[in-house]
Amino acid sequence: MTQEEIVKKIEENFEEQITGVYYFAGQGNVSVKAKKILDICKFLRDEPGLEFDYLADLAGADYPDRPYEEGRFEVVYNLYSTKRNHRIRIKVGLPEDNPVVESVVGLWVTADWHEREAFDLYGIKFNNHPNLKRILMPDDYQWHPLRKEFPVQGY
Amino acid sequence: MGLIEDRFRKNTVTDLADFGINWSRKMSLWPMTFGLACCAIEMMATGASHHDLDRFGIVFRASPRQSDVMVVAGTLTKKMAPILRKVYDQMPEPRWVIAMGSCASSGGIFNTYSVVQGVDTIVPVDVYVPGCAPRPESLMYGFIKLQEKIEKDTIAKKA
Repeated sequence: MTQEEIVKKIEENFEEQITGVYYFAGQGNVSVKAKKILDICKFLRDEPGLEFDYLADLAGADYPDRPYEEGRFEVVYNLYSTKRNHRIRIKVGLPEDNPVVESVVGLWVTADWHEREAFDLYGIKFNNHPNLKRILMPDDYQWHPLRKEFPVQGY
Repeated sequence: MGLIEDRFRKNTVTDLADFGINWSRKMSLWPMTFGLACCAIEMMATGASHHDLDRFGIVFRASPRQSDVMVVAGTLTKKMAPILRKVYDQMPEPRWVIAMGSCASSGGIFNTYSVVQGVDTIVPVDVYVPGCAPRPESLMYGFIKLQEKIEKDTIAKKA
């Protein structure tokens, strides 16, 4: 399936959830709202023809200059289908004051540590995560060091 | 050496005892491996057949209880720092520390929130080996420098 076909399929099923689509280096990027991310991911995993059975990467990101509505934080899902050999990238914007998104551990177990990393370094919270605690920094660490306002040499 | 250490002024007997004690200490340095990063690869290469640390009497031990020198080889993160200190505390005295590479000596290029800026902030360091990573020759030179330092140790009263 081409990138355009995948994007079209998402658009058909989640029209009102999509906030933006763009293509970079031949890969489609779909920005969606945080509210129904679990439904979208479940759709991408289970829909015949899409079958994204592999979560290649899940990452956090911080864009402090963005307008509030777009959300300062972002969670990026890089999906790959081992059956169909195609990829797609899903992005979710999250507000600065309450960066919470539903966990996808129930769909792809590999998201467990990736979400813990995003929580550790950005402070993004994942609802219904089985074990949401720090993974890289010490347990008693107080900050989220990859946030842009954090000084490189720490406090 | 609790019984006779620091009790006598420097004399022929302490000199002879120093010679024997220091000789036996420096000729059987058993390092505790503390490989943390790429420096550990060079440390392993130094211990392997080509450069062969065994000819100095240096045999790597896997337990701090059997070691008397700790080679801190690599970047020490703040999360790892308490563990390094614990391993150091488990080593029997007399004990020495070699900071191998620029990361262990000063933090190196990692002047960041997560990296300890030199292991000398955690444990007392005897020899700093510069390099990134140091060649095996450098580490061997560091061991020889440590042996020279051990040679100068004495059981007599210090000044």
